[in-house]
Amino acid sequence: MATPEGYDPAVWRRMSEELALPGIHIPEEYGGAGFGAVELGIVMEEMGRALLCAPYFSTAVLAANAIMNAGTDADKSALLPDIANGARLATLAITEPDGSWDPASIKVVATPDADGYRLDGVKSFVVDGHIANLLIVAARMPGTAGLQGLALFAVDANARGVERRLLESMDPTRKIARIDFRGAHAKLLGSLDTGATPILRTLDQAAIALANEMVGGAQTMLDSAVSYSKLRVQFGRPIGSFQALKHKLADMLLEVELAKSAAYYAAQAAAVDDPEWPALASLAKAAASETYLHSAAECIQIHGGIGFTWDNDTHLWFKRAKSSELFLGQPSYHRELLMQRWGV
Amino acid sequence: MSNVTEAEVRAEVRQWLSDNWNPDMPLVEWRRKLADSGWGMPQWPREWYGRGLSHPLARVVEEEFANVGAVRAANSGVRLLAAATLLEHGTDQQKKKFLRRILTGEDNWCQFFSEPGSGSDLAGATTRADLQGDFWIVNGQKVWSTSAHHADYGLLLARTDWDAPKHEGLSYFIIEVKQPGVDVHPLRQMNGHASFNQVFFTDAKIPQENLVGRVNEGWKVAMTTLMHERRGADGLPPPRNRETRTGRIHAEERAEAEKANEPYKWYPQRAGRVDLIIERAKETGANKDPYIRQEIAKLMILAKSAEWTARRARAAQQQGRPQGPEGSLGKLAASHVARGCSRVHTMITGTEAMLTGSESPREGIIAEILVSVPAVSIAGGTDEIQRNIIAERVLELPKEPRFDTGPFRNVRRN
Repeated sequence: MATPEGYDPAVWRRMSEELALPGIHIPEEYGGAGFGAVELGIVMEEMGRALLCAPYFSTAVLAANAIMNAGTDADKSALLPDIANGARLATLAITEPDGSWDPASIKVVATPDADGYRLDGVKSFVVDGHIANLLIVAARMPGTAGLQGLALFAVDANARGVERRLLESMDPTRKIARIDFRGAHAKLLGSLDTGATPILRTLDQAAIALANEMVGGAQTMLDSAVSYSKLRVQFGRPIGSFQALKHKLADMLLEVELAKSAAYYAAQAAAVDDPEWPALASLAKAAASETYLHSAAECIQIHGGIGFTWDNDTHLWFKRAKSSELFLGQPSYHRELLMQRWGV
Repeated sequence: MSNVTEAEVRAEVRQWLSDNWNPDMPLVEWRRKLADSGWGMPQWPREWYGRGLSHPLARVVEEEFANVGAVRAANSGVRLLAAATLLEHGTDQQKKKFLRRILTGEDNWCQFFSEPGSGSDLAGATTRADLQGDFWIVNGQKVWSTSAHHADYGLLLARTDWDAPKHEGLSYFIIEVKQPGVDVHPLRQMNGHASFNQVFFTDAKIPQENLVGRVNEGWKVAMTTLMHERRGADGLPPPRNRETRTGRIHAEERAEAEKANEPYKWYPQRAGRVDLIIERAKETGANKDPYIRQEIAKLMILAKSAEWTARRARAAQQQGRPQGPEGSLGKLAASHVARGCSRVHTMITGTEAMLTGSESPREGIIAEILVSVPAVSIAGGTDEIQRNIIAERVLELPKEPRFDTGPFRNVRRN
């Protein structure tokens, strides 16, 4: 976390080589373990619980899913095996400086040229954009608007015309970058016919994975608050014996269990391709966002003064909760999406 | 437990039903057959009107009954709590006297536990029972007794030793309700229904043989009753398709069910009617208001999450895993859902939510939700008590200091 890269390459190597985690949901034919959304959710929950700082969300969740959703067999064979074995760090660039998570507002333009496409425009809030070798970029054909003319492109992060800048941001555990494209060479993933579908699918899958990560983090906040309230003594008794704290902690447990149910249910629905799964992705994202942030805030509150210090780790979870709340769209955005997807 | 297979049980019960089941029989006569054959409560012990079958095999029997549409043993209200308590703590004489008539539905039962002065703190009961000659003489007041006005017998928790600590001076009795010393008055609730009763005891008499368990060990017996009550969630009989069947016995059973369900008819409104939310938003046009849309989404997320949490608890149970914390959280979640419904129904319906009666939205259902929901977070243990339980049993937080130890006589009370 404290290094400019934001992660420990030795830990990443072990995660990749010994546990084969980056490819857990990638089919075996592309070098992965062949599991699905449920298993990915389990991995994310544990990473959230530990507040792991690693390019997993960017590489495995965002980029790998985008390639699987959009790419041809040839694209997948070319790109996925190195993601599955941890050799290639990748990410997905969707959002632009306006911060919108609606693909309709994408402005980066892909202009066809002799050997593919050239990208022009600016992406922002790109997770691990400063360290990825491979960028999957959502862009639109010249002269198109809304959800028309959108596609995903693979871009070598070190190519000419790509300028990356680490953004100063609140959450040191998950770093974000701004990326300027000035005529950068890009390769189309899949075809132009699929339109926005692979992008929307990738965002919904990411929302479910992030929801599972968030409930893991929320559980840590609850555990930490409970154990501190048993240790800390004031007025001659452990503060956890006061009803004001007991009731707060019972409410936290309820909230965490409810959000877990939503995150698990959405992952299961995605795994079996239940037609309702995109709606449930929004449901889980909204639920887990509120719960994680609330649990982190209450954990600080229960720690009292020490909870507000830099030396106490709680603030790191709080900051991850805050960045996760906003990433992929805040709860109000997902609640509105849920209503639309349910046809209300 | 006998060593029979599922196929054997299925064959045996099928044969018995084809020999005995007749929908034109009087209800009580049929249920006597059920009690005497053991097919009414197959999971009960053989010596007490059962067949000693395991729960999975008892379910097989249930399936076979359902297949031919045969009426089951009486199971509504407090009777099965009484039966479970007697099976565990009763004397043989008590079992003989009461169990059969519980199953036939000839006797109705109610519970006399809560008091005006002891609600959450049930063990603080001050209704007294004093032994005079061969009888215990009861004086005091009980409350929240569902169906006491129809009951023949009540399960009574009363104080028999005022010098013992709170939990050690209580005894458990079976009291005859229809006697001069017992006055049953309906208790009208804020929603206008009267589902419960308050009951006054003035020198009411209990014969000595109606003590359940030992003197001053009533708390333990009461725990058995409460455990079964929690397991059975509300004592609501399971919904059954009674409407379409013809025959004398079905008519009698329908009448019985109607009487037993009367106190519970507003319970769907108490739970908030989340099922009506989206429908109502569309029919009123409230679904176009972005603020209300957010509130509907918040409520639906909560309700769905609560439903899935209950499913997780059930799945864990079915796999034989110990129930996780999700099990003890259901009641608290239900309170949140009900309160949320009350709020969002108000937003959706707007000014018209003030109206009741035939001219009101959904013929009074919306208004009934609003005035019934406050019961959810109180009945069966308040939200605050649930939070204490979760905090102390699930999160294992230290207990509060107590002020109710020592002789009960000296404990501060209402």
